[in-house]
Amino acid sequence: MNTNTDFSAIEKKSQRNERIRKIITYVLLTFWAVIVLFPFYWMILTSVKSYSAYNSEYVPQLYTLSPTMQNYFDAFTAVPLTRYFLNTLIFTVVTTLLMMVVTVLAAFAFARLKFPGKDILFTLFLSLMMIPNELVIITNFVTITNAGMRNSYIGLILPSVTSVFYIYLLKENFEQIPEELYKAAKVDGTSDFKYLWKVMIPICQPTMVTIAILKVIECWNSYVWPRLITDDQAYFLVSNGIQEIRENGFGRENIPAMMAAVVVISVPLIVLFLIFHKKIMAGVSRGGTKG
Amino acid sequence: MKIVLQNLTKRYPNRNKKIKEDVIAVNNFNFEIPDGQLIGLLGPSGCGKSTTLNMICGLEKPTSGKIFFGDDDVTDLPPENRGVGMVFQSYALYPHLTVLQNIMFPMENLKGKDKMTKEAMRARAEEAARMVQIDQLLERKPSELSGGQQQRVAIARALVKVPRVLLLDEPLSNLDARLRLQTREEIRRIQRETGVTTVFVTHDQEEAMSISDLIVVMEAGVVQQIAKPQLVYEDPINIFVAKFLGTPPINVFEGEVKNGIVYIGGDAIIKAEPDSSWKEGAPDAAPGAALKDGPVTIGIRPEGFDPEKDGELQCGLTAVEVMGRDTSIVATNAHAANGSIRTIVNTEELAEVSGETVNFRIKPSRIYLFDHETGARVRCRFTPLR
Repeated sequence: MNTNTDFSAIEKKSQRNERIRKIITYVLLTFWAVIVLFPFYWMILTSVKSYSAYNSEYVPQLYTLSPTMQNYFDAFTAVPLTRYFLNTLIFTVVTTLLMMVVTVLAAFAFARLKFPGKDILFTLFLSLMMIPNELVIITNFVTITNAGMRNSYIGLILPSVTSVFYIYLLKENFEQIPEELYKAAKVDGTSDFKYLWKVMIPICQPTMVTIAILKVIECWNSYVWPRLITDDQAYFLVSNGIQEIRENGFGRENIPAMMAAVVVISVPLIVLFLIFHKKIMAGVSRGGTKG
Repeated sequence: MKIVLQNLTKRYPNRNKKIKEDVIAVNNFNFEIPDGQLIGLLGPSGCGKSTTLNMICGLEKPTSGKIFFGDDDVTDLPPENRGVGMVFQSYALYPHLTVLQNIMFPMENLKGKDKMTKEAMRARAEEAARMVQIDQLLERKPSELSGGQQQRVAIARALVKVPRVLLLDEPLSNLDARLRLQTREEIRRIQRETGVTTVFVTHDQEEAMSISDLIVVMEAGVVQQIAKPQLVYEDPINIFVAKFLGTPPINVFEGEVKNGIVYIGGDAIIKAEPDSSWKEGAPDAAPGAALKDGPVTIGIRPEGFDPEKDGELQCGLTAVEVMGRDTSIVATNAHAANGSIRTIVNTEELAEVSGETVNFRIKPSRIYLFDHETGARVRCRFTPLR
């Protein structure tokens, strides 16, 4: 019987298969990358086309031979974009900080403290997640308007300083911390608050980072609420401020200038995401793998 | 620091809400733990030993009764103000802190006049780490340590603020057999070095026997016996303690006493006479029952059997098992609690054992009588029949 196997032939074959598989994978990934990145390219491309060139293109062109930075200049001068930027920054930072405090404390209470009606209260909280945002916006609008808080930072911020979903996420995370750690910390002389601060929060740091970043993105992109609650330019955020370029600009909407503004306001978020994307994924997968 | 437990009782409301009666986890525990001793709380799971420990620690409040450390009543103090160190079964190390930070953690929480500088804390932590021999690992995270090393960190953390009382909750049950042996000697050494009064909870009798100064045997929330380890084994106060201690366990028979002779079935086993030094109801007498004729529960330790051709106790031979140092004979007897008995014998005596049956002589020092109803020890002396 011939037991001599031609190992080199097998190896060659498997190498070839491996290479084919790799090529297919890369082709598919490239195709997908093009689909995903095309809107970004379109945005940047449009932002560097001149106003007249853009309007004269009957069929939009996939490239431009005469890029201009004029649109960026227009975006900042047609409307007080710097002011909007500052507003957005204040809104985002304050909302995120307040929300972190609120959700951490609420999650701690639900996860650790014993009080009557805890389960019912938590169920009610969860059922709030069923109510669509648009419905809540109406009641929030009435409340904030009646309180005379239209066109103010507090009116912008107040409705978003809590999040049922993030409380739920954090509570689940907190509950995964073993009971014995709490007892050990008690024996080691910590108060409840110190335990939260020095043990629970550091242990749940990935989730905290994720929540913070998701909230920042949410704030940065929020449109409907700021649009409803402000009509004073001094309190516009970038999201509804950009609409101003479209409406207040020239006779015809200045799309390239809008795109330039969009590029400018997207950059901070993209940078943020690139820096933290590993942490975001870690937090999301951690939150999701509760056994 | 001596610890005094006074009528310590803990009740929980029953989980099953239909049953109004509370669950009594610890029932009227009275004990004074002498200063500097290592006490083993021993009992099956659910006997209330961990609850007792948690009450000493302050993690649970007693329903009634008092706890004193020395002369201080600490019953209502929270754990952080009691000056206790505790080692948990799962070690409960802070996963996000390094070994050094873990050990320093209790000191960082000190307030007022006890507040320490960073340098002093570090020095103390390093000293504690040296004592448990982990001073090479200070910069590691707990997840990078083996079970035994984590255990040492937990002990160092418990010892670093010089506790008045050290509490260990089944500290060895997560270690493998070899490490368990080593660590328990280590715990003994550290306890001797520091002289801190220590309470050690375990369900492993061997562990408790090997390192405790005193053993407290508990069952269903009630203290059964408090004595030196060897005494708990040699002089059990009732059938529960006798059954709980010893591997292989004690062999239990239903028999009777007639005219000063102990019978198992038809076999007359041994002569018994009342213990003249023991008086029922005397104030200093050990609890127990007086010898009287009638049915009785008989306990014989595995090493109390001598296989002999004309031995008094007749049994059917099942198997002879040689396990290294020990040889054990498994035999059947209709009057044994579960029909079979297990003995440990010298290998030289094995020559006597063959065929279908085996006869044993019973050593007078290894047989105990217990009251048929209450299980209390019957106080008497034994002499061989021949």
